[in-house]
Amino acid sequence: MATYKPVVVPAFPKLGEKITQDTLYWRGYKTPVQIKEFGAVNKIDFSPVPPYNYAVTASSRIHIYGRYSQEPIKTFSRFKDAAYCATYRDDGNLLVAGSEEGSIRLFDISGRAPLRQFDGHTKAVHVVGFLSDKYRIFSGGDDYSSSLWDIPSATEIVSYSEHTDYVRCGCASKVNADVFITGSYDHTVKLFDARTKSSVMTIEHGQPVESVLLFPSGGLLVSAGGRYVKVWDVLKGGQLLVSLKNHHKTVTCLCLNSSGQRLLSGSLDRHVKIYSTTSYKIVHSFNYATSILSLAMSPQDETIVVGMTNGVLNVKHRKPEESKEKSGKKRQPTYRTYVKGRTYMPKQEDFCVSKPVKRVLRKYDKLLKSFQSSKALDAVLEPPIRLYTPEVTVAVMQELHRRGTLRSALAGRDEKQINLLLTFVARRVIEPRFTPVLVTVADMITDIYQPVVGQSAIVDRQFLRLQEAVGKEIDYQEELLEVLGMMDTLFATFTTKKSTYLEENQSNGLTETIETNRNN
Amino acid sequence: RGNAFPLSSSRYLLCASGDFVKMYSLATEETLRLMGGHADLVTGIQLNPHNRMQLYSSSLDGSIKLWDFMDGIPIKTFTVGSKLLALYTPASFEDSVFAVIPKSGERDTFQLVSIKLTKAAGQDLEAKELSVVLDDVDVSPKRIAFGREGEYVASVKEVNLQVYFFKRKQLNRFSVSAVKTKSGNNHFTCIACHPKEDCIATGHADGKIRLWRNFYHKKEYTFSTLHWHHDAVMDLAFSIEGTNLLSGGVESVLVLWHNESDCQKDFLPRLGSAIEYISMSPDGALCCTLHTDNRITIINSNLRFSKSIQGLIKSTDVKTGLVVDPRTKALVLNGEPGHLQFYCLQSDQQLFSLDIVQRQYIHQAGLSQADLVKVAFGAQGKWLATVEEREDVTDPELQLKLWCYDDKTQSFKLNTRINMPHDGHITDLCFRDMDESEEDSLILVTAGRDCVFKVWVMVEDTDPDAQQSVSWSCDFVGSYHNYQATNCCFSEDGSLLAVSFEETVTVWDSVTWDLKCTFCHPPGKIRSICFGRLTCSKYLIGATDYGFLCCWNLLTCALEWSAYLNVLVLQPDPLSEHIAAVSWLSKESSLFVFKPNEPRPIYIQRNLCKEKIQLAAFVPRDEPETIGSEKHCWLRRSQLFFLTDMQELMTLSTKSLEERLTASSKQLAVEESLPMTPFSLLLGKHRHQQSQEDLDLGKLVAHNTHEQDSPAVKELLHTPAHVLPSASFLCPVFINSLLISKNNKSAEEVDDEVEMESEKTEDDSDEERDVTEMEQEDTNPMELLGEVTYKLSKSQEKELRKIRKMDYSWISAF
Repeated sequence: MATYKPVVVPAFPKLGEKITQDTLYWRGYKTPVQIKEFGAVNKIDFSPVPPYNYAVTASSRIHIYGRYSQEPIKTFSRFKDAAYCATYRDDGNLLVAGSEEGSIRLFDISGRAPLRQFDGHTKAVHVVGFLSDKYRIFSGGDDYSSSLWDIPSATEIVSYSEHTDYVRCGCASKVNADVFITGSYDHTVKLFDARTKSSVMTIEHGQPVESVLLFPSGGLLVSAGGRYVKVWDVLKGGQLLVSLKNHHKTVTCLCLNSSGQRLLSGSLDRHVKIYSTTSYKIVHSFNYATSILSLAMSPQDETIVVGMTNGVLNVKHRKPEESKEKSGKKRQPTYRTYVKGRTYMPKQEDFCVSKPVKRVLRKYDKLLKSFQSSKALDAVLEPPIRLYTPEVTVAVMQELHRRGTLRSALAGRDEKQINLLLTFVARRVIEPRFTPVLVTVADMITDIYQPVVGQSAIVDRQFLRLQEAVGKEIDYQEELLEVLGMMDTLFATFTTKKSTYLEENQSNGLTETIETNRNN
Repeated sequence: RGNAFPLSSSRYLLCASGDFVKMYSLATEETLRLMGGHADLVTGIQLNPHNRMQLYSSSLDGSIKLWDFMDGIPIKTFTVGSKLLALYTPASFEDSVFAVIPKSGERDTFQLVSIKLTKAAGQDLEAKELSVVLDDVDVSPKRIAFGREGEYVASVKEVNLQVYFFKRKQLNRFSVSAVKTKSGNNHFTCIACHPKEDCIATGHADGKIRLWRNFYHKKEYTFSTLHWHHDAVMDLAFSIEGTNLLSGGVESVLVLWHNESDCQKDFLPRLGSAIEYISMSPDGALCCTLHTDNRITIINSNLRFSKSIQGLIKSTDVKTGLVVDPRTKALVLNGEPGHLQFYCLQSDQQLFSLDIVQRQYIHQAGLSQADLVKVAFGAQGKWLATVEEREDVTDPELQLKLWCYDDKTQSFKLNTRINMPHDGHITDLCFRDMDESEEDSLILVTAGRDCVFKVWVMVEDTDPDAQQSVSWSCDFVGSYHNYQATNCCFSEDGSLLAVSFEETVTVWDSVTWDLKCTFCHPPGKIRSICFGRLTCSKYLIGATDYGFLCCWNLLTCALEWSAYLNVLVLQPDPLSEHIAAVSWLSKESSLFVFKPNEPRPIYIQRNLCKEKIQLAAFVPRDEPETIGSEKHCWLRRSQLFFLTDMQELMTLSTKSLEERLTASSKQLAVEESLPMTPFSLLLGKHRHQQSQEDLDLGKLVAHNTHEQDSPAVKELLHTPAHVLPSASFLCPVFINSLLISKNNKSAEEVDDEVEMESEKTEDDSDEERDVTEMEQEDTNPMELLGEVTYKLSKSQEKELRKIRKMDYSWISAF
């Protein structure tokens, strides 16, 4: 004997963006805070120690912002011309920055005047950074050279002049205190070892390199230049692992999240794309108002800061985790009650009586089970179902139609209910997944209530709205057909293959059904 | 051909089915006994009211048989002479039973007669003492009922009710006014009498039940009406004490009316299909209902579903065709509405029923509901594709569903559902059957009336969080000059796809989806196509409407041969290169089996049956059968089954009649007697070729000796455990049977030794001794033979030895 089979609510594939764990996570950032800087923001660097202040280099100033402060808590403005690449040391006490005039300055976070100044570059220094032993600084300048400096003595240790164009980006290895890499506009990324006199490895990126990044393990290297983001295996001697071309303008900055699972890239095309570092597929993307120059994430992924060409600093904070206490407020039964009887093991002579599992049916299913068509329709026209899960309403309508009782379920309703029905139909009839069923419903309603048209202003208005919605849809379909025709001619000129019959047929069918409806 | 069936005690259930009476065990739902003897349809069975262990059965062949159903033996046969259409055995009549017979001289009028059964000794008796009780009664056994203690008999026909009182010899007639309403007229459909009171319940075609009282008076009779059914009441039954009334109908709901009141009723809904008969067990503990879909449901007295006995479900139209499940070798076809039944041919059981539509089926006449129209299995039975369709003028529904076999639950699980895969009816679908288990090579093709065929492929879902890893989506849409696609078929290696578009067959490359070539044979649309297999894989066979069977060569792209044959069904054997074609020629179906590489058929069976054959299927055998006759060698690897438009399933057997009857009479009996779908075995009309028998004599004899000792084992294995005697009794029999076979073997082995050493020491069984005696007697031929055998191969040696054994037995008979 079969049990009652509930109405099958057809699931439709969700079109557009897929909701994944990643989208949920990255959507968990609050609406951004905008801070206006004096010029294009060329570097943002987070202090590695709490409270995770960040240094923003823009124009001739370096501003240090606190986590939630809108105003800079400290400013270094001892630069005559533009400052570049203010970077924290690992302990968060020192800050180094390059400048347009070619000097590199080292600041104490608490002080104001530079502690050291390294002169040696003849042109602007766009990239500076600490090696991981904390006592040396590397730098790269527009004079094509990359140098290594000793902090205590403020002298140059070694200078490499291997690049043939501006050196604009660089990064120090966290694993080895002697290794750093620089990327240049000569399309190469070079890996230097402070113990040797020349570069250890040269990687051909293919475009002027705008940004380089080493993975925390030191084994993988990411370079960005042109529209490409490329990942290289350093340990295999600079083999290309993957080449990503997801931006349509130059990629300017790269950043890893704290776990190293996600790679972020910012570009002049106003997008920040987030890749998974396991599959190198895009898992999410952010949209910004203008071209992006710099990008940084705080050590705990609490904050994403993006600097733009127009000097706007965009700060996104993560929403605090929703505390689960609210749901836990309802008092659970005590443990003793909970385990009562559950631990009892039936003895051999015990006769077990199993309780039949009670199947819970939805209200409309209960009504359909007892063949109460009108009431079932009423049940699915209740606000929560009608508004949030219209597919249930439509599925029940279809089931009623299948049973041949839709007409009687729709008939005999008062003004308020007709109003409700017509509002629903007029709103949803244009959705392709509901169209076939709702056209039938609309047909029946017009049939049944034709004699009373003109008696109620509300119902009349709804009928007009329905007509309007259907009319609009027809116009829309006609336009689409025109576009399809145009595209067909275009395709015909390109290829000899013909494969567009199907789409045409589908849209034709849809229009026909709607037209027949209007005729009624 | 369902018939009324009384329940005997609460252990057995008796049911008339075709020419047989079947006895089922209520505990295990198994068929215990099959009582055959009637030459025609059994029309009624009734328990002997004076002896609960006996049963009367009546048949169209004009005889009443009295059975002892516990032992399954006929006790007496009464020959009446005229067709018997129904049988009644009220308890109060000592020596007569009642039956409905056609009135002599008039067509379509029937009368109820009482038949006096003589108590004379002897098996076959004449029963000619007939006395007419009621004239002008209805044929249906449901429309006559006997009242309390046999005081009166009531019969209904159309709008008239007549009650005849035996004691007063008075006939009262009542009638209801013929009213035609929306839901039908109010003709009587069935009748039941209260077992304790003077009350008659009648069911009507408009769903009403009337309870008649006071019908002693012609004028002052009264009746009350109970109304719940919306369609005709198919059967009524009173409980043993008469307190409750059961009714059933098309709604497939069993209604229990308490105390004959309209307000107190209980329901047992969703019984699967329309209820045809209701009957109560004599002790009132159980009730069972017979349904239109060849099923018996047993229901407890507290209206709880207890068990069901299910045969092959006979649906009105087998749209899906006969498909063989590669996994279970079961025949798959439409079952209950919206279900797919897997029917095991070997055991005549429904293996399981798969719910495809997954919607509540509304039992209501005139409602078009979604039903299954096409089924296809992927290679190895891992994937199943089904198409369900709801014919509707305004908005037809069409769904393509793909099911994946789940090893954990041992059943199919819905994987993908595609709404409206085509804009019109789907005419055909097929999988690319690749032997390799490469998952991604699986391709599904559907052909539709919307002039396209579509290719569906599996797509792997890259998202690791998704519920299922693969789903199906459309890969290619092909069309040909805007003709309707009618059939599709893949070649054996899967490299080519043939799709027929009305008059033209197109051949496509299955990798690039390019049109390779086209064939046509005007005039006439293509009815079916198939590729040759194995050695004949370069041929494409097509059958056209105008009665042509064409064979095209795919290498030369030319017509190889064609034959004038009105082919209804074209079915290739998946395991060999043979193709079976069933043709319809002037009111008879004929079977032609041919190989595509030669135009001459290798087997012709004219006059296969009188009905049109709708479908055919090759079912692979578990092990290739050894078939000597050359004519039948195409049946070696698989067996051919047919379904006629009368919904009868038939098969073609290779064994000759006598062999079948001697060796496997038991099997034959079971196979022939399916309930309602008489599994008509086509007992081949070919004589057993004598010469061939001579050739294989040795083999046959060996086979027979094996058969002889197997019945004991066979019986042991086939009878349900609870009816078997105790294990201690069976054990020696069983062991003995094993022993003999082993002795046979050892005898043979020893035989070898004897041949070498002419000496025997170890064994002492009778048979053994016989063998050795034989050896000693026939020393001369043995020596002669021995000399010959040294030059012959081993197998020939064995054969000769067998012949020798045979010779001996023949001598000993003298």
